[in-house]
Amino acid sequence: MHWLPLLGVAVVVAGFALRFNPVPVVVLAGVVSGLCAGRSIGEILGLLGNSFVSERALLLFALTLPAIGVLERAGLREHARNWIASLRSLTLPRLLIAYLGTRQILSMLGLTNVAGQAQTVRPLLAPMAEAAAEKRGAPLDQNERDDVRAFCAATDNVGLFFGEDVFIALGAVLLIQGFYAQHGIELQPLQIALWALPTAIAAFLIHGARIVLFARRIAQDKLTSTSTPAAERDAAH
Amino acid sequence: MLRIEHAYWLLALFLAGAASLNLREHRWWHAAFWTVLAALFAGGDYVLTATKAQHQLPAQLAGVGVLALAVLAPRMKRGHIIERSVEEREADALRLRHKLLIPALLIPLVTLLVALFGNRANFGSLPLFAQKQMTLTGLALACVIALIAALIVTRAKPSTGLAEGRRLLDTLGWAALLPLTLAALGGAFAATGVGAAIADLVRMVIPVQSALACVVAFGLGMVLFTVIMGNAFAAFPVLTAGIGLPLLIQMHGAHPAILGALGMLTGYCGTLFTPMAANFNIVPVALLELPNQNDVIRAQWKTGAILLVVNLALMYLLVFRF
Repeated sequence: MHWLPLLGVAVVVAGFALRFNPVPVVVLAGVVSGLCAGRSIGEILGLLGNSFVSERALLLFALTLPAIGVLERAGLREHARNWIASLRSLTLPRLLIAYLGTRQILSMLGLTNVAGQAQTVRPLLAPMAEAAAEKRGAPLDQNERDDVRAFCAATDNVGLFFGEDVFIALGAVLLIQGFYAQHGIELQPLQIALWALPTAIAAFLIHGARIVLFARRIAQDKLTSTSTPAAERDAAH
Repeated sequence: MLRIEHAYWLLALFLAGAASLNLREHRWWHAAFWTVLAALFAGGDYVLTATKAQHQLPAQLAGVGVLALAVLAPRMKRGHIIERSVEEREADALRLRHKLLIPALLIPLVTLLVALFGNRANFGSLPLFAQKQMTLTGLALACVIALIAALIVTRAKPSTGLAEGRRLLDTLGWAALLPLTLAALGGAFAATGVGAAIADLVRMVIPVQSALACVVAFGLGMVLFTVIMGNAFAAFPVLTAGIGLPLLIQMHGAHPAILGALGMLTGYCGTLFTPMAANFNIVPVALLELPNQNDVIRAQWKTGAILLVVNLALMYLLVFRF
């Protein structure tokens, strides 16, 4: 039955909507769509196991954790914060826009693993952005600090996604070329990569503008903010 | 010769180390979780070789491991693991200053060097790096070099590396696993025909004579499918085979290169909306210790939405013109 495996999709949507732990939801969805497609338990287990180990590269970022952890223990985040605080002209929008542009250009050159949420955002960009935001003359409260951190993570994602597609020898472009080749349409990788440029520029402009607006909001919020500085709160727990 | 498999074995070793520290502290669920994951990483190559040789049992055992992880994941509560005090860290930060940045920057730098010059590096007559996934192999090497540099700069004991790595790994918890389980789900969906069913569904509801309707259906279909699968790469072949190729290229004469590039990027907009893209949207929530699972998505969805409109407009204006 052609439509039945869609039940797996329904399991995912329902699981996320009901806020169950995503890991069992996702595994269950795989099992359900397999059963609906008439596979045996043995086949489904083999399929799950095989696709899982084929994608091990997705966890390689965890190898950065010991080095980052040792540096954090010796005050890396505190230093990143102090350093940015001492550079007067480095404001929050300048910092984030510079990061966005650099991340896009590096991804365009195929250097997608050079930066990332574990390698650069947690240990460097997030504390730097917090320090830059506090140049408004008042410390960030808990909510504002979370907002700044989330915006750093978002900036890393936007920079990665909308740079990567311009690089000719990696992932997306080769996938597109390969797909068309299978269907009898021959294209050069450069032809495809070139047409990713307008979107890359649009992404930079749109997210850059949002960074400016976000930074303005944070800067204006100081008038209403009366809470304890982030550092004191950290010491409290 | 350094291969990507060595990186996986190293990671298995780290996971096993984290498991043993948790075992010592009687955090049983964490210990069991990292042990199973370490086994999957250590045995991964064996599983893949066995599958290629039509030998199904190892892959099925790996599947049992995945089920075990799914059972263990909800039991891992995020406890706060004791960290050095802010005062001690501040004191070190003032003493070591920019020296602290050197090991952190070694990670991108060494990765970059391997990516650029790795295929020219030789050890005697043997190449130093295998061609396959050289950049990721470089990342693994960079992590080892950065760890050594970090230990030298901070004068910490080597065991600190494991202890602090374990602290961050436990902070991530099950979120670390989500990208892999989602990828496994993508494999299961693809193999059971979920993609084809969705493409048929989209084609049933749009007026195929209108080029604009086809562009919008292709673009929004890419977004929807990416949101469900968490990955534009999985969406692209399905939607292009279902809508892009027969309707836009063959019927309305769209330019394949432009359609391909913009279609994929439209899917990327969907990646910004979905918790299924766990490595981008959920892992950072854990890494940055944010309170709500959707905080990163909340920060970026507007960028994605505006860009989606821009992309659809670009697609409609460009694909029929060249």
